[in-house]
Amino acid sequence: MSSANTLTRITPKNITDQEFFYGHKACAGCGGSLAVRLALKVLGERTYAAFPAGCMAAVGFIYPQMAFTNNAIITTFPGVASMASGIAVGAKALGIQNFKTVAFAGDGGTADIGLQALSGMIDRGDDVLYICYDNEAYMNTGIQKSGLTPFGTQTTTTPAGKNIHGSKTQKKNLFEIIAAHDIPYAATASIGYPQDYIDKVQKAAQVKGPAFIHVYASCPTGWGTPTETSVEIAKEAVDCGLFFLAEYENGDYRLTRNPKQFASVADYLKKQGRFKHLSDADIASIEAHRDHKWERMRRMWNHQ
Amino acid sequence: MSKKREFISGDEAVAIGVKLSRPHVIAAYPITPQTITVERLSEMVERGELNAEYMHVESEHSAISAAMGASAVGARTFTASSSQGLLYMTEGLHYASGGRFPVVMMNANRSVALPWSIYGDQRDSLSLLDSGWIQVYVEDAQEALDMMIQAFRIAEHPDVLTPMMVNLDGFILTHTYEIVEIPEQSQVDAFLPPFQTPNKMCFNNPKNMGFSSQPNDNTEFKYQQNLAVLNAVKVLEQADTDFATMFGRKYNGMVDEYQSADAEVLLVTLGSVTGTVRDVVDEMRAEGHKVGVIKIRYMRPFPEEQLQSLTAKAKAIGVLEKDISFGYEGTVYTNVNSALAKVGNTVPKLNFVGGLGGRDISKADIRNMFLKLQRVAAGEAYKTVDFFNLNVETNE
Ligand SMILES: Cc1ncc(C[n+]2csc(CCOP(=O)(O)OP(=O)(O)O)c2C)c(N)n1
Ligand code: SF4
Ligand SMILES: [Mg+2]
Repeated sequence: MSSANTLTRITPKNITDQEFFYGHKACAGCGGSLAVRLALKVLGERTYAAFPAGCMAAVGFIYPQMAFTNNAIITTFPGVASMASGIAVGAKALGIQNFKTVAFAGDGGTADIGLQALSGMIDRGDDVLYICYDNEAYMNTGIQKSGLTPFGTQTTTTPAGKNIHGSKTQKKNLFEIIAAHDIPYAATASIGYPQDYIDKVQKAAQVKGPAFIHVYASCPTGWGTPTETSVEIAKEAVDCGLFFLAEYENGDYRLTRNPKQFASVADYLKKQGRFKHLSDADIASIEAHRDHKWERMRRMWNHQ
Repeated sequence: MSKKREFISGDEAVAIGVKLSRPHVIAAYPITPQTITVERLSEMVERGELNAEYMHVESEHSAISAAMGASAVGARTFTASSSQGLLYMTEGLHYASGGRFPVVMMNANRSVALPWSIYGDQRDSLSLLDSGWIQVYVEDAQEALDMMIQAFRIAEHPDVLTPMMVNLDGFILTHTYEIVEIPEQSQVDAFLPPFQTPNKMCFNNPKNMGFSSQPNDNTEFKYQQNLAVLNAVKVLEQADTDFATMFGRKYNGMVDEYQSADAEVLLVTLGSVTGTVRDVVDEMRAEGHKVGVIKIRYMRPFPEEQLQSLTAKAKAIGVLEKDISFGYEGTVYTNVNSALAKVGNTVPKLNFVGGLGGRDISKADIRNMFLKLQRVAAGEAYKTVDFFNLNVETNE
């Protein structure tokens, strides 16, 4: 797997008991907050964490109740990558050593309004780990469509009715957009596969320069799912092939999970309020899109 | 020791002033007429004269974001912009002042599109007067250099901790060459100690910053922010005094004046046009006209009391500015008028609006303003806002 060779692999057995993100006001079952919590445990206390406007910022920094025990800051919505860059570069200029800078941004903060700043950060080669927790909509403002909202999703700006069945566009190909910068390390992950996610965070943390992780992070509030199934549903997204686990390193793409057989897309979709309205034809078109994507990934990328 | 002098442009003077201030991080995006400043700074970094991280940000929004990030860990940071770029930073400008990040910026005053114009006026920065930044306007390249050094000291002062914008008129100052005295590095170091702040993220004492507030607390934060800018008055005056002691140049704090004491009519100015106005004052004084000029240096904090006392004897006052708040009057005028209204100054006050998009303001224009003020003082009817030198017929 992807654990760095000289490091002790972090597993559920040895992961620190120290909490860096607690007492926050995220909804029960929030996948994004789990992604943040796990990553900070891997990165440790010498970490500067930057959060743009979005759910994690909104639930973690309500004066006077600060939810992070490490250094953390809310940035402007479009500016998380640049502010994280500034932190990393500023600390370096001050001679501070042995630290990590991480940015945690939502799908909207990453694939839409923050994409330009993220591109600049990667281009400059700044030493920042950027983690996009993808809950597939602008959740903080009340579940509006983002560039990573999948086809057919009901959101508050893509209502599902007779004429339009939710979001009309597919998810942007964020992972490949980032990889196309020739970034030293990029990966996708899911909170439904926590060990894989931890491994990838651990690996990304070793990179001197920009690294990127796109982690699938369920949102019971926005998805219309029971709070206790958040981890399960994020796993099912991978198992049915609507999300994928991969890495990009040294110019090569690699599927880190290549299911022999996909679980049912319909089962995955039907469990979620946001997809309840989809017709069989809609589901068939979602499957066709999945198959097309996987055919290309399997043909072009390394895999077992 | 003989003083070092160089023949340089305003942009270059800014770059030298920044270099002497030893910033840790420079994050800036090019825009005419600011570009020469960032080019010179890049060259200084390349040559190793300036030990700073130069960040090639992809936009002004990122320039200010990166500068804030660096400031949030305790680094001294500089950015520079103008016009469209300054406006593109707007979100970050408010963020920096609210977060109390003492970033220093050079702004090359330039008109704002549409219509496009790369030439100077002051509508860019004046439209951002409410962004919480300290704003100073300089008159020549020497003052531009000197104010960069002072700006870091003022912005970073613990009672202030507020970002500061040093404004210089596009082209008229940025691209005009003058003889400028270059301060000694050792003296600058003595004048400007390293940046120290408790308002930073550090590993001994981790902090959560940039937080959100509820209606219960927000007003108190804003009250403190307002206080911080007011605190800058004392700090900038002290900086001006100490600077004069160390370097022999004094700028008189928030306002400067020329021949105002016995002046019957006064022009209030902002920025480089003041030099021309002084010349006209000399010429008209030689002819026996009692005219004078008051130069506003700081728009925030605003020199309310100084303006109240300096204008007390005038019979008519004109505010000359390269700005208009459409549908009303120039912003400098609004501010001056408010200050004078508070002390019941009811003499006629005119607003001369011109120099927009780089149009010259000539000596003849200024003479006409003084003459008009004299007529108004003698009882002639007037309109408050006067777009002087219009090239079109109006039926007003
Ligand atoms: C410049 C700007 N535009 C819009 C907003 C409003 N806004 C705040 S958070 C947010 C949505 C965030 O969505 P995402 O990045 O996906 O994070 P999530 O809330 O889903 O965690 C929006 C639109 C803002 N804060 N700033
Ligand atoms: S709305 Fe979704 S992403 Fe936001 S805090 Fe709740 S569960 Fe988390
Ligand atoms: Mg989201």
